[in-house]
Amino acid sequence: MKDIIQIKNISFNYPEQEKLFNNFSMNIQEGKWTAIIGQNGSGKSTLARLIDGLIVLKSGQIIVDGLTVNDTNIFEIRNKIGMVFQNPEDQFVGATVEDDVAFGLENRQVPREQMHQIVEQSLRQVGMWDFRDRIPANLSGGQKQRVAIAGIIALSPKIIILDEATSMLDPRGRQDILKLVNQIKRENNLTVISITHDIDEAAGADQVIVVNQGQVVEADQPDHIFGDIEKLTSIGLSAPFTSELLSALKKRGIDSHSQYLNDERLITWIKQLISKK
Amino acid sequence: MSNFLFGRYLPGNSWVHQMSPQSKLMLSFYFVVVIFFANNIWTYAALSVLILMVVLMSGVSIGYFLKGIRPLIWLIIFTVLLQILFSSGGHVYWHFGPFSVSDTSLINGGFIFIRFLLIIMISTVLTLTTTPLAIADGVQTVLRPLKKVHFPVDTLALMLSIALRFVPTLMDEMETILNAQRSRGVDFGSGSLRHRIQAAVPLLVPLFTGAINHAENLSTAMEARGFTDSEHRSKYRIYRWQRKDTISWAVFLLVGVLVLFIRKS
Repeated sequence: MKDIIQIKNISFNYPEQEKLFNNFSMNIQEGKWTAIIGQNGSGKSTLARLIDGLIVLKSGQIIVDGLTVNDTNIFEIRNKIGMVFQNPEDQFVGATVEDDVAFGLENRQVPREQMHQIVEQSLRQVGMWDFRDRIPANLSGGQKQRVAIAGIIALSPKIIILDEATSMLDPRGRQDILKLVNQIKRENNLTVISITHDIDEAAGADQVIVVNQGQVVEADQPDHIFGDIEKLTSIGLSAPFTSELLSALKKRGIDSHSQYLNDERLITWIKQLISKK
Repeated sequence: MSNFLFGRYLPGNSWVHQMSPQSKLMLSFYFVVVIFFANNIWTYAALSVLILMVVLMSGVSIGYFLKGIRPLIWLIIFTVLLQILFSSGGHVYWHFGPFSVSDTSLINGGFIFIRFLLIIMISTVLTLTTTPLAIADGVQTVLRPLKKVHFPVDTLALMLSIALRFVPTLMDEMETILNAQRSRGVDFGSGSLRHRIQAAVPLLVPLFTGAINHAENLSTAMEARGFTDSEHRSKYRIYRWQRKDTISWAVFLLVGVLVLFIRKS
């Protein structure tokens, strides 16, 4: 599998602050859903902004789909990447839903007739076409994030970065958004990078990267990462619900394997356990 | 803050809604100028009938206009009272010291009242039937000639559209901060002037820092979506001059000429 994003030995700090990254390297595979988790202040969001060239890198190199992030490539790279940010209110540029989706297209000087077609298509894809006349004040947080996603798929990027895009939503809205992104990812064969605090969201990823104090602590499939609760809690993260349940069972003397199980597999395992008795 | 009307847009599909924003903007401006030419009952009647027609054709309920007038009601009453009490001439009905009420002052007061009403009505029609973006777009079109003197028209239009889009957001935020501070014991709107000004600080400071945060996040999001500068962009919406605009202008010009003829010279 090709690495679509390569981060090579980067160092970065905000002015008058400690080094956030020191000689940091990381790769992200094409076509995979990668979750980046870590504590507050571990530099996850900064990483997303560095990849998109929104913050200027001081040393090291970031390569996105064969292009080095620098001043000359920046717009081409931003064409390849679609970002959804945390606060739904703050990324809504347009006066109405329709205008907001068109914003990115306007920036790329797409002709008008084509623009109308793309906007309709994108809004239908996220199920917001009926809301096209609404102003942001009349939309829920989840709906605004849907619009943000529509604004991104209108530009047909290769990579979608979700920068804590679900953190301000209710559980229902969160699930809806993740389902939607998953569907879009499958249909268009995209790479998704989700930066998240939501462990259950990370548990559904293809690959999880744990970042702590400017270093990659672990990069593996969720099965392997979430099996080890102690290690997770030692770096200030919580474990998914199923892992917690397994460890609670272990404490009560019910033997379980230390591997991570998702809901379905946990249910099968419990069924097997009961039928054995 | 549902009774705050500025920047609120009511979707619709009426004649007024369909007009192009640049012509609506210019028309409102023109109408305000015409109002100042009116000086007798007939001219005011003509303008009132015209505005009434516009209001009816906008399909917006009268209640919204009354709401638009409410915040300004004290200013209107104050000005009208000044006009009534201090103007001289005509048949005096009542007077006390420097104050006097005469038939001319009553009529003048009435005119001022109608003048206020008309200006508020036309501007409310404009903001209720035009999206903030369309208004910004209209301004951009109207100001386009200024580009010749290197005035940044496109940037101004973008700033305007973002400002208008954030009005409801910031109003809601203000409401939240107000309530949050009230729940912590801050007393807004009572006590001495000094006390009131002090009480405004815990409202204004978070509102300002919040606005700065919004600006920072918004600019990042705009950049991430490929925004470089406000000139090299295509347009999703184009507001063309239509037949409805021409007809409306014809009617307004006609009324304007009529006003010039029947005004007392």
